[in-house]
Amino acid sequence: MFPIVEARFLAPEVKLFRIEAPRIAKKQRAGQFVIVRLHEDGERIPLTIAGSAADGTITLIVQGIGKTTKLMNRLAAGDAILDVAGPLGQPSEVELFGTVAVLGGGVGTAIAYPTAVALQQAGNRVIGILGARTRDLVILEAEMGAVCDRLVVTTDDGSWGRQGLVTEALAEIAAAERIDRVLAIGPIPMMRAVAETTRPLGIKTVVSLNSIMVDGTGMCGGCRVLVAGASKFACVDGPEFDAHEVDFTVLQQRNAMYREAEAESLRAFLNDPDKDLGRVREACRLHEVSA
Amino acid sequence: MTNPYKPNERMKLSRLAMPERDPALRGHDFAEVNLGFDPGSARKESLRCLECARPACTHGCPVGVKVKEFVALVEAGDYLAAAAKIREDNALPAVTGRVCPQEDQCEGACLLGKRGTPLAIGHLERFIADWECAAGVVGLPPVAPATGKRVAVVGSGPAGLAAAGDLVQRGHGVRVFEALHEIGGVLLYGIPEFRLPKEIVRQEVDVLRRMGVQFETNVIVGKTVTIDDLLGEEGYDAVFVATGAGLPRFLGIPGEHLCGVYSANEFLTRVNLMKAWRFPESDEPVYDCRDKSVAVIGGGNTALDSIRTALRLGAREAFLVYRRSEAEMPARAEEIHHARDEGIRFLTLTNPVELLGDENARLRAACCVRMELGEPDESGRRQSVPIPGSEFEIPLDVAIVAVGTDANPIVQSTTPDLRTNRRGYIEAHPETLRTSKRGVFAGGDIVTGAATVILAMGAGRKAARSIHEYLENRAWTHDAD
Repeated sequence: MFPIVEARFLAPEVKLFRIEAPRIAKKQRAGQFVIVRLHEDGERIPLTIAGSAADGTITLIVQGIGKTTKLMNRLAAGDAILDVAGPLGQPSEVELFGTVAVLGGGVGTAIAYPTAVALQQAGNRVIGILGARTRDLVILEAEMGAVCDRLVVTTDDGSWGRQGLVTEALAEIAAAERIDRVLAIGPIPMMRAVAETTRPLGIKTVVSLNSIMVDGTGMCGGCRVLVAGASKFACVDGPEFDAHEVDFTVLQQRNAMYREAEAESLRAFLNDPDKDLGRVREACRLHEVSA
Repeated sequence: MTNPYKPNERMKLSRLAMPERDPALRGHDFAEVNLGFDPGSARKESLRCLECARPACTHGCPVGVKVKEFVALVEAGDYLAAAAKIREDNALPAVTGRVCPQEDQCEGACLLGKRGTPLAIGHLERFIADWECAAGVVGLPPVAPATGKRVAVVGSGPAGLAAAGDLVQRGHGVRVFEALHEIGGVLLYGIPEFRLPKEIVRQEVDVLRRMGVQFETNVIVGKTVTIDDLLGEEGYDAVFVATGAGLPRFLGIPGEHLCGVYSANEFLTRVNLMKAWRFPESDEPVYDCRDKSVAVIGGGNTALDSIRTALRLGAREAFLVYRRSEAEMPARAEEIHHARDEGIRFLTLTNPVELLGDENARLRAACCVRMELGEPDESGRRQSVPIPGSEFEIPLDVAIVAVGTDANPIVQSTTPDLRTNRRGYIEAHPETLRTSKRGVFAGGDIVTGAATVILAMGAGRKAARSIHEYLENRAWTHDAD
């Protein structure tokens, strides 16, 4: 059982959690994730670790999309997460590359942030490009500003920063200066678009894939993706891969596999959100009693 | 009370059948198929035992259960003593009584089987274990005084649990680390509810807890903590690696990425561990198999578990595709017979060569070829070869790939001085189970490759003996060559 010490919204439906997980905090490196389960009948889902602290806490930033993430976002400091396992996945490759552009789309910024920090610490010139649909959904702007040598914010509707897409900003910057590497994390269409922007420019581009996962340890193969035509497991070989080798179509298709079940689950939850909140709290209370 | 039958009379008694649920009904739910003997039947069956001077059954058992002795106690009606007798060698009798391939082990060796049918040793073991549990008086073996030594067991499957049980009895501090959120390993995520109720696994784990074994879930050794951390700052004196062969193998044919194609591990984990059969009461979904066509590819216990699970999820058509003939199928005889009774169709001498999808990348059919048996390969089994020009299509909604598993590489990946063979299995001395790394032992599927629960338990017990010796005398010679 993993106590929540802090929980606050960064944007509508986007919540930051600090959770006590001393072993994970000690071991985690940028780019790794945890698998989380909220109650005894809950599903296991992956969440990227946004950071860790010397006090033994890890930070998770959660976008509430389906039942489990929306349920999690109802938890507050004082609640607990029943199961948190990690750190999983390969850490981000961090070296002195030169100039690295880090692109975050929506909550992808939270996932890219720890790597941006690591890249800056390794001596890279880091250019951050944050994209969101609208001003309210731009997150971690101050934090990214602190580690980036240059920061550009774009919104689809122009309500904050420049109006436009991250790919447009990237193309402009790449035309003006040499970029050695790109890291892009966000919705699949965004990562795919970035890959197509950098492919003709020959810039090595890395993306972090959000495959559906169950165990997260390489045991089930549910997260398999096609990379350069070969099958790789996002949980043990990834989650980061060379964007120019990823088959984004297969990823999108596999991610759509449970659409109907997910919608049914979400509908039932929204109909009675307190019921599952009760289950979460009961599961953690029982766990505490038996420990 | 003596056996009223003389030995030659016993040979003429028929073996009692295990009562099972009606095949037509049981294929729609997950309740256990076998119902178990009652005391009268158990006693009656126990009278068939020939009480051999040199029992072949014990010799055929990978952990050496003293069959003759426990059966005599069943005959005498002293069920608790029978349970204690079994527990001298077998830490999980309620599990093994259900899942062991007795036909290849104790019952396969039984003298009664030479001319008639063997003694129903497995069913008797199950009866005793269940009786003991229901009576609420599981006899805990005595635990030696604390030695002050601590052992970390990595993995809570049968090898880890068996090792933990033995080590704690010898007075050592034992902590079992498990990557998943529940204890039991393959007993929990692999074997379905209708063969091995999860409650049984929980009860057996509870016995270990009461003996003093500690358990910690959500710890992936190799990621959350390394073996060097365990031996170093966490202060363990020895480590037993029992992480199993949990890496799923795929066929390597086109179309395996299509929606509706599962590894058996994923399918079974969703349904067994994550209880997807109860969706939406459980949050984890699985493909909605109701009224669909489902095939499993493979011929072992996992393949049968998978397809019988799909049947229970409502599959309209459920079949098993296997490249060899039924005689070569490695699955347990009882599972094959149960599956057939439930209506699973067997397409033997058939192999898929491509999985075909629709415009949304959902599986719609498997392109298969017919096979014929040729010369035996190195394992002794006849190779199967495709018959040219025999391709045909099977319309399918779900395909489950159950063609075996490989070593899970996580522990090895962060323990560079732990020698593995070229297929990634950890090298361990066959008798001492020592690895190339001082203080680290390994056993079960992570050493041998995918095998059985009882063999894993045997390795666990062997490891416990070896670890105990090491903790006593601290001598370490590396002879894992």
